Amino acid sequence: MALSNEHIKQRLTEKFPDQVTGFEEPYGMLTFEAPKDLNLKVLNFLYDDEELKFRFMTDLCGVHNPHNKAKELVVVYHLHNLEDNVRIRFKVSTDINQPDIYTATGLFSAANWMERETYDFYGVNFVGHPNLKRILNVDEMDYFPMRKEFPLEDSTRIDKDDEMFGRGGTQGFGTETNEADHRNSVIAENEKNDETGRPIV
Amino acid sequence: MSEQHIKLPEGSIEKTTTTLNLGPTHPATHGVMQNILELDGERIVSTEQTIGYIHRAFEKIAERRPLAQITTLTDRLNYCSSPINNMGWHLTCEKLLGVKTPKRVDYLRVIIMELSRISDHLICNSIVGVDAGAYTGFLYVMQYRELIYEIYEEVCGARLTTNMGRIGGFERNFNNIAFEKIEKFLAEYPRVLKEFENLFQRNRIFMDRTKGTGAISAERALNYGFTGPNLRAAGVDYDVRVHSPYSSYEDFDFTIPVGTTGDNYDRWLVREQEMWQSLSIIEQAYRKVQEFKGAAADVYHADVPEYYLPEKADVYTKMEALIYHFKIIMGETDIPAGEVYQSVEGGNGELGFYLISDGGRSPYRLHFRRPCFIYYQAYEELTKGAMLSDAIMTMSSLNLIAGELDA
Repeated sequence: MALSNEHIKQRLTEKFPDQVTGFEEPYGMLTFEAPKDLNLKVLNFLYDDEELKFRFMTDLCGVHNPHNKAKELVVVYHLHNLEDNVRIRFKVSTDINQPDIYTATGLFSAANWMERETYDFYGVNFVGHPNLKRILNVDEMDYFPMRKEFPLEDSTRIDKDDEMFGRGGTQGFGTETNEADHRNSVIAENEKNDETGRPIV
Repeated sequence: MSEQHIKLPEGSIEKTTTTLNLGPTHPATHGVMQNILELDGERIVSTEQTIGYIHRAFEKIAERRPLAQITTLTDRLNYCSSPINNMGWHLTCEKLLGVKTPKRVDYLRVIIMELSRISDHLICNSIVGVDAGAYTGFLYVMQYRELIYEIYEEVCGARLTTNMGRIGGFERNFNNIAFEKIEKFLAEYPRVLKEFENLFQRNRIFMDRTKGTGAISAERALNYGFTGPNLRAAGVDYDVRVHSPYSSYEDFDFTIPVGTTGDNYDRWLVREQEMWQSLSIIEQAYRKVQEFKGAAADVYHADVPEYYLPEKADVYTKMEALIYHFKIIMGETDIPAGEVYQSVEGGNGELGFYLISDGGRSPYRLHFRRPCFIYYQAYEELTKGAMLSDAIMTMSSLNLIAGELDA
């Protein structure tokens, strides 16, 4: 019997009434949330249950939603039941000021580096992780670069002029306008002086 | 103690093991990654991997780019099979946008993706040979990777970082030279692959070097999130092409080769057999493509005017085409809000794209599930107690690609 999303949902609500919430099915993948203290309980239940058997961790990653107060950081688990070939997505969110989430390394060895990556980029503190340190960035880095407060392009750069593309104000070097003025004045001068239309310069 | 004495680090005299830095720029790592090995004689006591030497923050960059410009980032993940990454990304976008691609596009994609799989496996398997001291095979098969690159060149103009295809299909139809080269490949490659196989498969030295080294059980492999040939070598028949078919893979007849022991030899054999399967898929797809006649043979993209660049001639003469051209080039198309996960069977495992869009012009969050990032963490377990020379073979037979490792 193939495992249906409806059945997974029913099993979860039986086991964790009122705690596993936010059921959705974007593009057919069952998605739900749980309070962060319950993440291991839910993962364990999904792993051990004889019907559900979500025993393969496909992916683990972080998301930063700065406008969602007290739930700024989200950890997203993608799990796969290889026997029935069903995928689910499970989310846990945490306050950015106290980003502690229990580690899933005890259940999935695959989570080790993925949690390090999530820590590296979002600063989620995985409680109980055997080796929680930066993985892709340098150890000396003192911020978490994938958070939304870090804009991609260096805001101090002034050599990029978006005005031509209808993207609002510009802070040029200050030389562009002078150059343009200069060009215009030369052209005006030429038009005034040369009746044949050939430039004098 | 006078100041002339050399100051050794604390405990270094009592230490009985040797620390060896393998990498980050060691020829045997085949990529920029560092392994700090603790050796007892020639046996490995412990391993620590350091990665991130070519981290380029693709996930962050993608948050400021329109969908079409992210394709060039995916090229640089697993650069041994860039077209698979490109098409995986396009499939993700198409899933988000709800685009249905024509069958001919699917088959053309399958041809290209299977060619990339062959070139990927070819590199990996011949490099395993190089690390065992057999350079000939590597040089011999390189000319056929060259032929595959020539096919890419005919299709998209580039060879390594292909940026191939567009959302909805290909940027242009395959020309006759491309089809001729595919035919040439189909005619000549089986003989070459057979010869390559003869060089290694029952070669006593090669078997002695690879059998029983770097082995992993199916349970551990699953727990470590192995996918692709490395998982299949351990005996699990999981393949994204079969489990969640994309690009009409369900129309093709092929088998999934599996190993039993999950060691270096089985990984090599699984890749070898997969190349035969890919060859058969290309043949089938090529035949299917040839069945399209007349106007149907000119279909090479779906109708997605908002994301697919219009013909240049139309841009000069038609208002809508001009508007779409401008909006696509400037990246001013709003992407529908949604959350989508799409994966493809990449050269070395399940390559996944997790895309969250909040309705803006670029993704809100894009995460790449990079297979070798996930399975490289098992390297310590794979090499514990092994000989140093076996650890090198294990590293190359895992098919680690630094670009994908570091994203």
